[in-house]
Amino acid sequence: MGPIYIMWLRQLKRYSRSRARMIGSLGQPLIFLLAFGFGFGHIYEKAGNGDYLQFLAPGVISMAVLFTAVFSGIELIWDRQFGFLKETLVAPVSRLNIMIGRTLGGATVAMLQGTIVLIISLLFGFRPDFQSILISLLFMFLIALLFTALGTALASQLNDMQSFPLIMNFLVMPLFFFSGAIFPLKGVTPILTIVASCNPLAYGVDGLRASFGGDSFYGMGMDFLVLGLFSAFFVALGSYLFSKIEI
Amino acid sequence: MKNSIIEVKKLTKKFGDFTAVNNISFSVTKGEIFGFLGPNGAGKTTSIKMLTTLLHPTSGTILLDGHDTVTAKNSVRESFGIVFQDQSLDDELTAAENMEFHGVLYKVPSALRKQRTEELLKIVELWDRRNDLVKQFSGGMKRRLEIARGLLHHPKILFLDEPTVGLDPQTRNHIWNYILNLNKKEKVTVFFTTHYMEEADRVASKVTIVDHGKIIAQGTPAELKKKSKTKTLEDAFIKLTGKSLRDEDASDIESLRNQKKMWRR
Ligand SMILES: Nc1ncnc2c1ncn2[C@@H]1O[C@H](COP(=O)(O)OP(=O)(O)OP(=O)(O)O)[C@@H](O)[C@H]1O
Ligand SMILES: [Mg+2]
Repeated sequence: MGPIYIMWLRQLKRYSRSRARMIGSLGQPLIFLLAFGFGFGHIYEKAGNGDYLQFLAPGVISMAVLFTAVFSGIELIWDRQFGFLKETLVAPVSRLNIMIGRTLGGATVAMLQGTIVLIISLLFGFRPDFQSILISLLFMFLIALLFTALGTALASQLNDMQSFPLIMNFLVMPLFFFSGAIFPLKGVTPILTIVASCNPLAYGVDGLRASFGGDSFYGMGMDFLVLGLFSAFFVALGSYLFSKIEI
Repeated sequence: MKNSIIEVKKLTKKFGDFTAVNNISFSVTKGEIFGFLGPNGAGKTTSIKMLTTLLHPTSGTILLDGHDTVTAKNSVRESFGIVFQDQSLDDELTAAENMEFHGVLYKVPSALRKQRTEELLKIVELWDRRNDLVKQFSGGMKRRLEIARGLLHHPKILFLDEPTVGLDPQTRNHIWNYILNLNKKEKVTVFFTTHYMEEADRVASKVTIVDHGKIIAQGTPAELKKKSKTKTLEDAFIKLTGKSLRDEDASDIESLRNQKKMWRR
């Protein structure tokens, strides 16, 4: 327990000390809430779909969790560049435990960031059903875990930050835009539904939205199952790749 | 050999076509202070990385305290501590937090951790700065903290890759005294590299000189001086490895360190 806890604690300390990062990563969700929420809101409502903000907010919260999580995972590259990774790699602690601690830390940070965005969206007028808040937190946690592990898996294969824009533009952005976070999956062209059904974030967004009292596309049970399986897979993959790192 | 704690056989490491470590074999006796010397790019750090499970050997075997570094990584990691040649601190944590982190990873009991942290940070004169973030430290202060951290748990084998580079003579002295004491009291085997030959002469009970990935001489400092008919280990070293500069061979680590030195000025 000690090593896992100290790895977790380290991620949290780094996060809490980096105000710039905390505030910086709120920018994007804010823009989405403002631009999309107020920009598209009336069109959405005219189409008879109800209040857009109620639909959008869970998507933007998921986005905050996604971005922070991937970034926490990718931070491994910095640890490699600044040398700290070596310190953890030679320690007499199984790399699985190191990976678990770091992933839980990253996931916690991502959840905190998601919670901040939830609070902000409340200020904008988001009125969720808080009855199943624990389920909402569970979905946020699974999204966070999955994408921290994915980020770590990617980072374990990279030596520097050069591929970071590539990852953002060709992985993270598509994951977000094709997840049903900003538009309903019901009624879109079949190709988009197929794409979304391969996207783990789609289940996360859907589950989170349902837990807040919104309409679900896949059904909450299905969301939980698929997201859980994806998370387990990426945690396992991340741990495996992490255990193979050489310096 | 029965008493050897490090057993290296036909160790080779290739990076693509380039052979950084070329079929070396040696052993280190328990309790020895083993100086692993050689010019820039000789393959010292690469060897230490293989000894400490950070790199896979291309071929050959390494036994550390009887455990194979490839097949029994976890047992091997239980047996050593290391001070790396290049940076390995978390800049966003304080000095005390870096120590704490290390102590927990190495399962040093909490009371002992506190006691040793204070003792060691006082030796390297960072006790007053313990709650400062490491990113506010100078290069030499970071180095001192790395050494203190490396000594926090008392392993069977201690690897020190150019531990004293960039440190003032006083600090170097304090640190070596602590290490020698550890070696005497707790029989910690010390495996170190350095470019300060007078340091190696003073502390090493045995010296191995490598060049271009191969071992070119082995023995006590006295034996090496005698063999090469020189007065100092430095002269023996130069005689054995030749006078040519190794700039073209300098590893990226070395160039990094030079950069760091420039920053420090
Ligand atoms: N990851 C790597 N890829 C390719 N070549 C490498 C790598 N690491 C080291 N080398 C090369 O292997 C050789 C040995 O490097 P090493 O770092 O072991 O030298 P060293 O003896 O520690 O030197 P120094 O005294 O400068 O620290 C050098 O020529 C270096 O360029
Ligand atoms: Mg070196």
